Amino acid sequence: MTQLVHLSPVDYSILVLYVVFVIGIGFALKRQMKTSADFFLSGRNIPAWVTGLAFLSANLGALELVGMAASGAKYGIATCHFYWVGAIPAMIFLAVFMMPFYYGSKARSVPEYLKLRFDERTRAFNSVSFAVMTIFASGISLNALAKLLHSLLGWDYNISLWVCSVIVLLYVLKGGLTSAIYTEVLQFFMIVLGFAPVVYLGLKDAGGWNAVKEKLSAVAVQPAVHNLADSASKTFSPDAWTSAWKPLLAGPSANPMGIDLFAMVFGLGFVLSFGYWCTNFLVVQRAMAAKDMKAARNTPLVAAVPKMLFPLLVILPGMIALALSATQGKGYTFPKAVITEARMTASVNSIRQSASAHADVAAATKALSSSAGTSFNTAKVQALLQAAQGTPDAQLAVGIQDAVVNDYDGVILSLVKRYCPTGLLGLALTALLASFMSGMAGNVTAFNTVWTYDLYQAYIAPDKSDEHYAWMGRAITVAGILLSIGAAYFASMWTNAMDIIQLVFAFVNAPLFATFLLGMFWSRTTGTGAFVGLISGTAASALFHSCTISQGNLPGVKGGYLHVFQVLPSDMAQNFWLASFAFIVCFLVTVVVSLATSRTKSDEELKGLVYSLTPKQQVDQAWYARPGFIGIVLLIACAILNWIFW
Amino acid sequence: MGLDIRYPIGMMFTLIGLLLAGTGLLHGGSVSIAGIDIGVNINLVWGAVLFLFGALMWGSALRSKGQ
Repeated sequence: MTQLVHLSPVDYSILVLYVVFVIGIGFALKRQMKTSADFFLSGRNIPAWVTGLAFLSANLGALELVGMAASGAKYGIATCHFYWVGAIPAMIFLAVFMMPFYYGSKARSVPEYLKLRFDERTRAFNSVSFAVMTIFASGISLNALAKLLHSLLGWDYNISLWVCSVIVLLYVLKGGLTSAIYTEVLQFFMIVLGFAPVVYLGLKDAGGWNAVKEKLSAVAVQPAVHNLADSASKTFSPDAWTSAWKPLLAGPSANPMGIDLFAMVFGLGFVLSFGYWCTNFLVVQRAMAAKDMKAARNTPLVAAVPKMLFPLLVILPGMIALALSATQGKGYTFPKAVITEARMTASVNSIRQSASAHADVAAATKALSSSAGTSFNTAKVQALLQAAQGTPDAQLAVGIQDAVVNDYDGVILSLVKRYCPTGLLGLALTALLASFMSGMAGNVTAFNTVWTYDLYQAYIAPDKSDEHYAWMGRAITVAGILLSIGAAYFASMWTNAMDIIQLVFAFVNAPLFATFLLGMFWSRTTGTGAFVGLISGTAASALFHSCTISQGNLPGVKGGYLHVFQVLPSDMAQNFWLASFAFIVCFLVTVVVSLATSRTKSDEELKGLVYSLTPKQQVDQAWYARPGFIGIVLLIACAILNWIFW
Repeated sequence: MGLDIRYPIGMMFTLIGLLLAGTGLLHGGSVSIAGIDIGVNINLVWGAVLFLFGALMWGSALRSKGQ
């Protein structure tokens, strides 16, 4: 159990103010929710700067904040690739090439675009998988929030879960998508302004960027000392944590992520990134709510500017934490599980037994983990095995506690606790709460639209009045929140739940971009080709996963359950290669089946849905305001950032 | 839509800024980290930043309405 944080009346006041304002926004918008289009589509009436920040905020769940800081500590500046390679180019592609078809086709959702372009089969497959994924994503986020409030503030898990859900329910129910988008903008500013002082104080404490770089160079040559490698002899080049590209170019064994260049650029930078930013309705919905085509295309471009700079806010804290932990006298250690007295006695016995039985390090680590109830760094367990004979119990216990793996997910909170006095603490915690809520509201609004338009109206009750669909939207919002709560309990009860859910996400998402790419840019793609390609791509993801595993994992939920044909250097490498494989299979099968089947839609029907069949619109914008030009400027800015941190 | 989002953003950050700056003034002093004073009254400084940001948002919404 971590030490509880005690909030003062000022901290509570900030939290309450935030809650009052987000619920107030919902109630203020209530009068304007007259039709189903108002509720689900915001009446397509929102300016680009609002939809742009909401586009970013919907993706900025707390799991991203927590996870990116953790990755900053584990992998260093290479984590920026999730932004500079894995987001910006895809956002620009969405704005320049894809948004005209999403917005121009008047589709109300991404699955509906699939129906217009292909047929009902592809739409149904995408709608069902997307609806299930949004509920689980929302539930995972909710579970993480309730667990965090419980461990940090001592609040009851159940009460935290229900109260946060009710707050999101209130403002989404009253103000629909507009309310979610408006509160996402407010949450965006809350997140930036809430965490910025923590980063500033952290950097000041660490002695500035040059001091951080210096410390991380020392960490890189002896990573096992900091529980960052499984072998005591493992060493990286001094710039492994502070250079974005050089360690990557040197191969998987030379960078802490264990990634090769192809997996990073093609797997993350193309397949996963374009698959997420260009086809995920959760984010695309924000752009589709814009007031006109110009605003819709500018939405991802507006979002790209802060997105490019976000590593400063979310990755840098992890790097600062690692530098602090490597600096003597700073009194900072990474959060990690504390072994209870009873378990420590069993752990000491476990190490002694393994040492006297000359057990190998893998077996000893497994036995020790079972005794202690937590995970250990194998390099340090190896050292403990060698030193066990002749070492007193008390000293061995200190060594065992030191060998517990770091809880990197706790990095951001450990910095909040370290730097935030009363007042600032309330602001930072409110920012964290805001990030959870923006993620949950985003998922719920995407879910209610897809359910009502793509499943309920399409297959269950096609010819009802607009009032009926507006009513259904509200009813399914309540149901969506209740299902999210159910998913949160599911995630909390089963430790493997997160891994399995994320695995299913990967299976479904990986091939999707191939379907959209061919659908939008190759008029010969047929409905049957798209459907068979998508199913084949999803099956290929599952097959790839069942035949590969990453180093250090045993066959099971982490892969290799049919047969291990290939061992990949890291979980991340496995994910990126899986995505690449699924994309290629989906692409090739779609092409082959399309060529073997007849088109069911005429050129006229595909006008506005396919690039080559859509007449070029006269643009009434100055050259410097056109999405293409802005996109190039953003790409140059992104390239400069990559060059600076090369 | 009828609601200009700059109003609630402006009002909320103005209020939070006042709360933070007030806390900084009342309690005074700078932040100590691991027993070392870092020389910044962060509540006061950041409260002022939030207040200014909130006032700018609020002001720009009022200006748009006026036009």
